[in-house]
Amino acid sequence: MSEDDDLTSKAENDRPMHSNTKPSEKRGRTGPSLGRDVQAKIGQQLRAYYDGLLEPTPDRFADLLSKLDGKVSDKGSGE
Amino acid sequence: MSIDPNLRDTMLAAVPSLRAFAISLSGNVDRADDLVQETLLRAIANIHSFQPGTNMSAWLFTILRNLFRSEYRKRRREVEDSDGSYAETLKTQPEQSSRVEFEEFKTALSKLPEDQREALILVGASGFSYEEAAEICGCAVGTIKSRVNRARNRLAQLLHIDNANDFGADQATRAVLAGNGG
Repeated sequence: MSEDDDLTSKAENDRPMHSNTKPSEKRGRTGPSLGRDVQAKIGQQLRAYYDGLLEPTPDRFADLLSKLDGKVSDKGSGE
Repeated sequence: MSIDPNLRDTMLAAVPSLRAFAISLSGNVDRADDLVQETLLRAIANIHSFQPGTNMSAWLFTILRNLFRSEYRKRRREVEDSDGSYAETLKTQPEQSSRVEFEEFKTALSKLPEDQREALILVGASGFSYEEAAEICGCAVGTIKSRVNRARNRLAQLLHIDNANDFGADQATRAVLAGNGG
């Protein structure tokens, strides 16, 4: 996969989307900006959603990694 | 052959978040588990290409995302598996007081374009920097920033989150956001 050098160079110069907007409207550099409270609320809900998905991680992945490790060291010999 | 136990532990530590990301992408817990499993298999098979000292988590996310992308393209040809079914197939039962809010959020999230959803989740929930998210998605940092921004705008719109105090003119904002929709 060919990563272009844009990866870093483009970071600093997002195109100004609306160069003719008033300064007060240019709060973000990548389009219309949301208020901080709105962003915070979305961020909070997003993390709550994600955290809800984190909870029950099946053991199968730990087992898988142990098995793949060839010689099972500490765990997994019993089951 | 065996893997460095430290690497194995680091991998394992990344699994919960990796899996949450997979569920977010696929909208389906079973598919997500398969994706995580396949990711771990590939990671181990290619462990020699992992640079010690770099971010294991980001590496695994990259593998998983690529797997999902290629699988998604295949599946898409078979089934019209777009936004509608995404929300329905996700059957996780979160232990959360505000289940309604969770459901609403999930539905709203499902309406985002794929690339916006993944960017938002990587940055806003998985804890990656914009730079890391850009590497995972194989695009420019500015692209990630604008995707995250668009995702937030769209979510605010879908969830009717606005704040007149903060922004001054929510009517106008709505109009702008509506016009921005893609």
